[in-house]
Amino acid sequence: MSDVTTAPVPRRNLELGLLALALAVVTGANYLVSLSNESGIEQKWFTQSVALACMALAVHAVLRIWAKYADPIILPVVVALNGLGLAMIHRIDNATGDNAASRQLLWTGIAVAAAIITLWAVRDHRILRRATYIFLALSAFLLVLPLIPGLGREINGARIWVGLGPFSFQPGEIAKITLAIFFAGYLSSNRDLILLAGRKLGPLQLPRYRDLGPMIVAWLVSIGVLVFQRDLGSSILFFGLFMVMIYVATGRISWIVIGLAFVAVGGLLASQFMSHVTRRIDAWLNAFDPEVYNRAGGSFQIVQGLFGLGNGGLFGTGLGNGRPDLITYANSDMIVAALGEELGLFGITAVVLLYVVLVSRGIRAALGTRDAFGKLLAAGLSFTIGLQCFVVMGGVTRLIPLTGLTTPFLAAGGSSLLSNWIIVALLLLVSHGARRPAAVGPLTEPEKAGTAPGRRPQAAPATQEDAR
Amino acid sequence: MNQAIRNVWIAILVFFTAIMGSLTYIQFFASEDLNANALNNRQLYRDFDLPRGAILVDGKPVAESVESDGDFKFQRVYHDPELYSHLTGFYSLTFGSKHLESVMNAELTGQSDSQFYDRLVNMLSGGTNDGASVELTIDPKLQETAYNVLPDGVQGTVIVSNPKTGDILAMASKPSYDTNKLAVVSGAQATTNMDKILETTGLSPNINPAIGHLIPPGSTFKILDVVAALESGKYDLDTVIDNPNSVILPGTRTPLGNFEQGICSGQSRAKLSFIVAQSCNTPFVEISQAVGQDALRDVTERFGFGQQLQVPLRVTPSVFPADMSAAQLAQSAIGQFDVKATPLQMNMVAMGIANDGVIMKPNLIKQVVASDLRVLEDPQPEQFSTATSKEVADQVTELMLGPVQSGTAMSAQIPGLEIAAKTGTAQIGNTGKVNSWITGFAPANDPQVAVTVVIEKVDYNTGHNLTGPSMKKILEAVFNK
Repeated sequence: MSDVTTAPVPRRNLELGLLALALAVVTGANYLVSLSNESGIEQKWFTQSVALACMALAVHAVLRIWAKYADPIILPVVVALNGLGLAMIHRIDNATGDNAASRQLLWTGIAVAAAIITLWAVRDHRILRRATYIFLALSAFLLVLPLIPGLGREINGARIWVGLGPFSFQPGEIAKITLAIFFAGYLSSNRDLILLAGRKLGPLQLPRYRDLGPMIVAWLVSIGVLVFQRDLGSSILFFGLFMVMIYVATGRISWIVIGLAFVAVGGLLASQFMSHVTRRIDAWLNAFDPEVYNRAGGSFQIVQGLFGLGNGGLFGTGLGNGRPDLITYANSDMIVAALGEELGLFGITAVVLLYVVLVSRGIRAALGTRDAFGKLLAAGLSFTIGLQCFVVMGGVTRLIPLTGLTTPFLAAGGSSLLSNWIIVALLLLVSHGARRPAAVGPLTEPEKAGTAPGRRPQAAPATQEDAR
Repeated sequence: MNQAIRNVWIAILVFFTAIMGSLTYIQFFASEDLNANALNNRQLYRDFDLPRGAILVDGKPVAESVESDGDFKFQRVYHDPELYSHLTGFYSLTFGSKHLESVMNAELTGQSDSQFYDRLVNMLSGGTNDGASVELTIDPKLQETAYNVLPDGVQGTVIVSNPKTGDILAMASKPSYDTNKLAVVSGAQATTNMDKILETTGLSPNINPAIGHLIPPGSTFKILDVVAALESGKYDLDTVIDNPNSVILPGTRTPLGNFEQGICSGQSRAKLSFIVAQSCNTPFVEISQAVGQDALRDVTERFGFGQQLQVPLRVTPSVFPADMSAAQLAQSAIGQFDVKATPLQMNMVAMGIANDGVIMKPNLIKQVVASDLRVLEDPQPEQFSTATSKEVADQVTELMLGPVQSGTAMSAQIPGLEIAAKTGTAQIGNTGKVNSWITGFAPANDPQVAVTVVIEKVDYNTGHNLTGPSMKKILEAVFNK
């Protein structure tokens, strides 16, 4: 099945070197932020950098123990993004007098701990498949949670939070992981049925009507999220995730065509009948119309973001020298605009390329792993990160209407950090599974192990599954 | 399955490429447009957080930025705002900036060409660009006198300049307002204040009357007629000209008369000295036809009509109409019809006569001084134009002594001071209101100052009783008499 072979070398030292580089960059950024603080240099940059370094090294150490063949590039990229986000949130705190950076650091700690627990508890991603339907139940539970009266909270018109005392959390962020696991488990078990049955229509192999069931369910869930939680971003994300996973499972482009048709219908209905969607589309199309600009919930935010980006130009104003605080939600939804203003086109392009590298490594893990479940999971999760970046950055740059999604790792927001670190832990595990020597027990020569045909008592079940 | 995964990867690459393309468009290609967008207030916000230079008069700030604990690090504060409002203008978050605050913005924010080297050093050393201070040519005592000679409730302007250098020593107008009221941070408060300011008749914070009001100059325009007449060679100081009480304007049935209560009727034929002193109208019908439209326009242009001028505030060009009929030319010759001049224009006419026919470029800026007291700009006197010859200027000076000695401007007389001046009264349609002028200089043999006073839209007596005595008070202040 797997047509990509990798020489199983742990490459943890490469990871350590890249981590040092990433930490140096983000520490430098955080130091610059402190330096430009009006009320004198504070020590926040130091405590933050040390704390981040400790967390990064903790994950590194855990990888050395439990997943030593994991991809060596993923962790440094994630640490770089998370650290840059911390520096930028710190910088916006300096302008607004907020203390979001400390909260973000706390959440980073929680998220890293969750990632470590995931690495420790899961070890081998294939065990997740056993709980396919438990994850379905969990997804449903998480999605319904914000709608429970008394528990759910509505912030800025979207009912996607649950609150416990001063603490608020978006269960939908975790639901995208549990849904990905469920889809991967369901599709890896049923893909042959879906694959073989169906009529042909020109170049398209259409699925049987009853196989459309899961897609209709996914579509209804997405529409439900949109209608009941009024969260356009998550709605797009869930449906995109499902569409891509069923495409990967079947290799049939017809699923994409059918999926896009569903999206078109959903989008048309939403843009006609849902006022918040209509408003967003209007703010997107007529952003510079003064009336739309000044309207409550109008295009002020997106236009201010564009002004920020324009102000940054090629080289940026330099950390601490721009006015990203003029943008509403500069440290969360609009953090890309803030980074673009202060780091310039060159800086923000570097950040985008970090995402490209991260997603590519995730895709690489999907290509490399031997089991269908792992492939689907890694491809789905990687795509989630990519799609989320596209939806939020495309919104900020006015490529598409702005939706309230967070930029993975960069944006202030605990739920998003937590879920994305767990995603990273899962990708690391899949890549570990993909790259480790097939045989357990006494280590053989890596090259021999990699090229030995037939082989691998461990991998055999996975292969059988694939062929079933 | 792997092929599908690769396709997914390609799709993601397309996503990210689109994002990078979009960022490149915004941050590179559209950057300038975005920065210039009317909705974009970043530049303004940035400037409000920077130490902006002061506007100084005799070393003391009339506008300065003081540190503030408010939303911005600095607050613009104006001292004696009513005295200087039409010069300094305002620096407002809500209404932008006006007048010197706008024209000298580059210097005040440290962005002018002369501050390039400092910016370079600051960029490398991490220092902030401190704005430079702008020192005005204004004499604070004279400015106060000029402002105070205008009674409250009138619309009027006083200009005092040095004809030898072009330095503007005083430029005050009423009604005025408190510029601090527009410099408040709160947009709602600023808007309320602006609305209140605009309720005052004849007041706009956007227009400095001295350089922005176009007013029919009335008989002060006759100075230019006389210049044209003397230059033409057809007239000299001894020429005797018909001075009937009334003439019919050429080609019409409209009569044009001398001023009824005047003493022009005492001489039915008169020399220029009498005509100018008593400001008789009818001889100028003949003079204008004899000299011709083109020659007269040529004279007005040499004195500054129709010319672009920055002092460095932009001066609205004064108007001498084109393609006039003979009747219209005759009316123009007495400063009516569509002839319109700014107070500064008529001050420049006096400056030119005073300075042997050479007009020095009017200027408000004495120096631009960096925050470390280095002089960045030090404008030198500049010639604006050679308006006429010294001979003609001397003859006109002699004629302009008449009104003060024995004519329409006797109320400006000061014992021991030879004052050359010309009055003017321009009727505003049939409203019964007039614009009342006086422009001149002193001492006549060695002019130190050119003074212009305009009272707009008043009844004849009020205007006439203000212009001459106002000039007198100002000259008394200048020469300590």
